[in-house]
Amino acid sequence: MTTPLLEVRGLNVDYGVGPDAVHAVTDANLTLYPGQVAGLAGESGSGKSTLAYAITRLLRAPGVITDGSVWLNLFNGDSSNSIDLLAASESQLRQIRWSEIAVVMQSAMHALNPVYRIGTQLTDVLRAHRPQMSRAERLERAAELLRLVGITPDRLRAYPHELSGGMRQRAMIAMALALEPRIVIMDEPTTALDVVTQREILEELAALRERLGFAVLFITHDLSLLLEIADSITIMYAGRIMEQAAAGDLFRAPRHPYSLGLLASFPSLHGPRVRMTGIGGSPPDLRHPPPGCPFHPRCSFAMDVCREQVPPLRMPARDAGSGRLAACWLQDPGHPTPPALAAEPVLGGSR
Amino acid sequence: MTTGTSVGALEAPSPVTVPAARQRTRLPRSPKIITGAVLFGIFVFLAVFGSTLSPYNPGASASITNGMPQPPSAAHLLGTTNLQQDILSQLLTGTQPIMLVAFLAGVIATVLSIVLGVCAGYFGGLVDDLLSLLINVSLVLPALPLLIVLTGFLGASSSANDPLIALIIAITGWAWGARVLRVQVLSLRSQDFVESARLIGERPWRIIGSEIMPSLIPIIASSFLFTVIYAIGTYASIAFLGLVDTSHWSWGTMLFWAQSEHAVQSNWWWWFLPPGLAIALLGTSLALLNFGIDEFINPRLRAAGLSRKAARGAGLPRRFRLGLTPVTARDLATGKELSR
Repeated sequence: MTTPLLEVRGLNVDYGVGPDAVHAVTDANLTLYPGQVAGLAGESGSGKSTLAYAITRLLRAPGVITDGSVWLNLFNGDSSNSIDLLAASESQLRQIRWSEIAVVMQSAMHALNPVYRIGTQLTDVLRAHRPQMSRAERLERAAELLRLVGITPDRLRAYPHELSGGMRQRAMIAMALALEPRIVIMDEPTTALDVVTQREILEELAALRERLGFAVLFITHDLSLLLEIADSITIMYAGRIMEQAAAGDLFRAPRHPYSLGLLASFPSLHGPRVRMTGIGGSPPDLRHPPPGCPFHPRCSFAMDVCREQVPPLRMPARDAGSGRLAACWLQDPGHPTPPALAAEPVLGGSR
Repeated sequence: MTTGTSVGALEAPSPVTVPAARQRTRLPRSPKIITGAVLFGIFVFLAVFGSTLSPYNPGASASITNGMPQPPSAAHLLGTTNLQQDILSQLLTGTQPIMLVAFLAGVIATVLSIVLGVCAGYFGGLVDDLLSLLINVSLVLPALPLLIVLTGFLGASSSANDPLIALIIAITGWAWGARVLRVQVLSLRSQDFVESARLIGERPWRIIGSEIMPSLIPIIASSFLFTVIYAIGTYASIAFLGLVDTSHWSWGTMLFWAQSEHAVQSNWWWWFLPPGLAIALLGTSLALLNFGIDEFINPRLRAAGLSRKAARGAGLPRRFRLGLTPVTARDLATGKELSR
């Protein structure tokens, strides 16, 4: 397999310091390969956005990264350049941001300055980072970027309030792609939009990724969306990674009861009508996390060991060699695995 | 839907009991604020007990040294005036009027600025036009001549009427706070939480009281302290100019006598320095307290539980910077090389 572009190892993020600190992310590992779409899913407050912001060091106060490393491996021809983003200086981060890692936030449409035209804001970044470009070239590039995301170039002369929410969000995606970054982190980029617009944007995103070859870290609470667009999916719960698998494997053969619950929470378009079960209860209070596995109070398969010990994130025995990971005692050889969590993934199911 | 029904799937298998969050007031503990509070506490103490503590009657005079002020000595710790009046006694007795006037003026001016500023900002239209006109006219009028005219006209100069003087100072000092509050209310008024309160039919006074006011408290508090500082300076100025009864001892009156007897030219520093320093220190203590207000009132800073001490203990920078999330020292020492 190729060298990963982004490697997150043992990342811990707290809000606040000292005994009152809330552990928002605990021991998170994440790997992003060039050109891949990695999905990050979880309920509200599961730490998925915190993780993404911590990777880019964009987390606001009182967020503090307490442990871990984030390695960004950049290849330029033969030479490779690895940078630990958590040890990087401000000037290093400044060079990496936007040109290597771009971020599209949930409310990105509000990041447009209302008094400048879209074209001005799009060319501004080019003027700063590509000083050799002429004014005409910059405008040409801005028009091309808008065309990429499906907006007609005449909108360059429009002000942000003259665009709809979906167009503004797309304009922001165009801005994120302006410097051809290798990684685009998208934090629920389509949450504020209706499903039709959402579909359009995601299709454009998939097409753009094919053409430009950037990797995407896609954060959403919509697992059904991820199953369609992501190569690998990471499921987070209460700040911990519960399961990590290829999208197809996760869909056909989940290994963690939480993933199973999420999959049972949305209907299938085809097949017989099934009663939706969902997951009972609500996410834990991170100030007072339950002992043992954070999911045990809501888990219908919970055993004694789940209440006492935190399950490690490791490869289930039945999936040896697959590379998928799950943090569940049920996948331990010594414990009985319910049939729903022991399904065989269809051969060639992983994309 | 009755409260008795519940959906089975939504019930937690075993509800997690959460201990009640500790409610404690987290007072700011930075050196600036402690210094300000201690200084201010001393002045409050002097204002209450100053006249009882003063060793002599501040006005008692004698002519035993042929009109020469005496430098500090064991009998007169801060020396004497040319009439052999004890300067320490004058300073101690003079604390009460200036504190009383300053705080009374601060309260009156703040109430005026809240009422007029918030109404102008919230109701808009004609109300705003008229109140803004009033605010702007008050801002444009030069304060000192107005003060001189008002003190003369209201007869404050002949008597030692401290509340009246406080009222006069408040009338010249409320407009700045009102203008700031008006602008703040204008921007708050169009925020979604205020507009939704209006749409569900809340009465204006309730919206002002419970939706808008909490956001204004930091501004009101700092504007109050600045008005008090303004009032200290103004009271000292009008007493210095001799517009207040010159036998009513305050720091300004002391400076008036020191000036009229040429204390500065004659180098009688023990006469003009103590009242001058006292005014400066009182102003400083209030300014230092002002720094603490934002830290104390800002819910984001308070809820974060990030006292400076805790942040320093964890090896974090003093200030958080946007786009540079701090990484605690622990991993730099251990994790970096190991993870490769």
